[in-house]
Amino acid sequence: MPIVPNPYKTTGFLGWIDDRFPLTKMWKDHVAEYYAPKNFNFWYFFGSLALLVLVNQLLTGIWLAMFFKPDAALAFESVEYIMRDVEWGWLIRYMHSTGASAFFVVVFLHMYRGLLYGSYRQPRELIWIFGCLIFLVLMAEAFMGYVLPWGQMSYWGAQVIISLFGAIPVVGEDLVTWIRGDFFIADATINRFFSLHVVALPFVLVGLVIAHLLALHEVGSNNPDGVEIKKHKDENGIPKDGIAFHPYYTVKDIFGTGVFLILFAFVIFFIPDFGGYFLEKPNFEPANPMVTPEHIAPVWYFTPQYAMLRAITVDLFGVPAKLWGVIVLGGSVVILFFLPWLDKSPVKSIRYKGPIFKIALALFTVSFVVLGYLGTQPPTPGKTLLAQIGTAIYFGFFFLMPFYTKIDKTKPEPDRVTMKEGH
Amino acid sequence: MKHLLIALALALPGMAMAAGGGGTAYKFDPDLGNEPSLQRGAAAFMNYCSGCHSMGLLRYNRLAADLGIPEDLLQENLMFTSDKVGAQINSAMIPASAKWFGKQPPDLTLTARARGDDWVYSFLKTFYVEEGRPNGVNNLTLPGASMPHVLGGLQGWQKLKPAEEGEEHAEAGGHGASHAPEFEVLEEGVLSAKEYDGLVADITNFMVYAAEPVKIKRKEIGTLVILYLMLFTFVAYLLKREFWKDVH
Repeated sequence: MPIVPNPYKTTGFLGWIDDRFPLTKMWKDHVAEYYAPKNFNFWYFFGSLALLVLVNQLLTGIWLAMFFKPDAALAFESVEYIMRDVEWGWLIRYMHSTGASAFFVVVFLHMYRGLLYGSYRQPRELIWIFGCLIFLVLMAEAFMGYVLPWGQMSYWGAQVIISLFGAIPVVGEDLVTWIRGDFFIADATINRFFSLHVVALPFVLVGLVIAHLLALHEVGSNNPDGVEIKKHKDENGIPKDGIAFHPYYTVKDIFGTGVFLILFAFVIFFIPDFGGYFLEKPNFEPANPMVTPEHIAPVWYFTPQYAMLRAITVDLFGVPAKLWGVIVLGGSVVILFFLPWLDKSPVKSIRYKGPIFKIALALFTVSFVVLGYLGTQPPTPGKTLLAQIGTAIYFGFFFLMPFYTKIDKTKPEPDRVTMKEGH
Repeated sequence: MKHLLIALALALPGMAMAAGGGGTAYKFDPDLGNEPSLQRGAAAFMNYCSGCHSMGLLRYNRLAADLGIPEDLLQENLMFTSDKVGAQINSAMIPASAKWFGKQPPDLTLTARARGDDWVYSFLKTFYVEEGRPNGVNNLTLPGASMPHVLGGLQGWQKLKPAEEGEEHAEAGGHGASHAPEFEVLEEGVLSAKEYDGLVADITNFMVYAAEPVKIKRKEIGTLVILYLMLFTFVAYLLKREFWKDVH
């Protein structure tokens, strides 16, 4: 039976494939003929870098899972066995542990880029929402991965985080038991966390990343000017300010990858503990349910949320402080989803936004970094007050956004994207 | 915004340092390139520590290979149990004997990583005589330690000078790392103070090695990897510049 030839007129083996599977179509739609704005700057490296780190985590994770034992009695020593007796196991383990922190570094910068240039605005709301879901799953993935080495901080960190669910009224305590699979953090917990960390969550994560990219390629990329390049197309229907993703951005991203890998390799080979921030000292002691570490601090990427959790110290409206803390903690992530509808500014990019937004974003940035620092520290009354102020600023940035973006004095957007001279 | 990022990048290592130091009596800079020191440290550990403490995550032959010790010398001088050279360094102490000390002496493989290099060095230097303790000694770095001062014969015996008015002694967990604690010598040891410091440095060096045996090698490999990546990035930059010539 004759078949309909594919529209790309490819022949030979590729033609045979293209008659049956959209290989050339996918290559063109997503790479060779995906037109991205030509004015991407420094901030636009972090999307492709996040993908690189994801691949790094998946590959190193596969090899770690070949040697790791998800068993409360064996897990700690199996990690050290990987570090000592498995050929190049130390490298794979450090790539994975450093990769976890690198993931958050690039994702934070990637999200911050969105804030700067209004990448979440119409018509890119779904890209942003998929991104927020990725962030949420990433947090769960990182948390469960952190428990697996079964060190003191793994154990007690899990104890603190899981007990948060106990603050939920009525079902809280039963929920905590259900999550742990036992009446305390135990073998059942590490076993199920292994399953979720290695199978369920990466599966969801990869699916969300695909959705994130499909949505992006459907509407097209934003850019530092926040103007739509699709408004001006040439006679072939190609945006005048667009350039093909391949080869222009593939070669640019290879360069960005090189710079990133230099920094990444420096941490892996020279300071894999990163002064106790990437690998915490107490985690070199096996989990001991009888001994609580004197200071429990989460890994650095959870410290802003942790500081917000601890900042809530008063019962309010008949709701206990602990539950408020959990609500604030959850709310600090949930609020991100609503960002596309909170920003009422007529312009997208910070380049054309007014002074109020710039001040608000600066305050937000400082509060996030300060909260991150406070989350690593044991609480004192002064630090708790500072964390409360930081929490107020963090939420104020979002809650007040509909008002201050409306009254802010914006500059007119250009019609076309702008490029620095000498590019 | 770029400036902000750079400022952050500069501030981070500072914060890392802030989290690293934990207020120990002395500072110690390990030197893993000093093989004789590591060998002396291994010998001291096997002679003075391994009777009670295991180093269960390290194998005898790994130690020998990394520290340049031939296997016959290893077996003659460093192995006091009936284990094979591929075995892990486990103490021969039976649990019943451990009861003498109130608790099982901990495995020391990862102590230098869990507590810090400074801590190990300080711990071995800050035993002091105190009346009423089960073993007659206490330790400034780990108050209430149940370990006897095994190296007492070498170091000699010292007692804590009473704190002067308005001055506090450095304690683990405090923030008095700047001034060393003051001790009063009660009885001279076999070694001079300087020789004892050298011995403690060797043992600490060895324990830093044991906590992460690949530490020396990873830095060597890392230098090559980074040199390669720099070359790669430079070529990638040229490639990018070439392609982008026609973007205006």
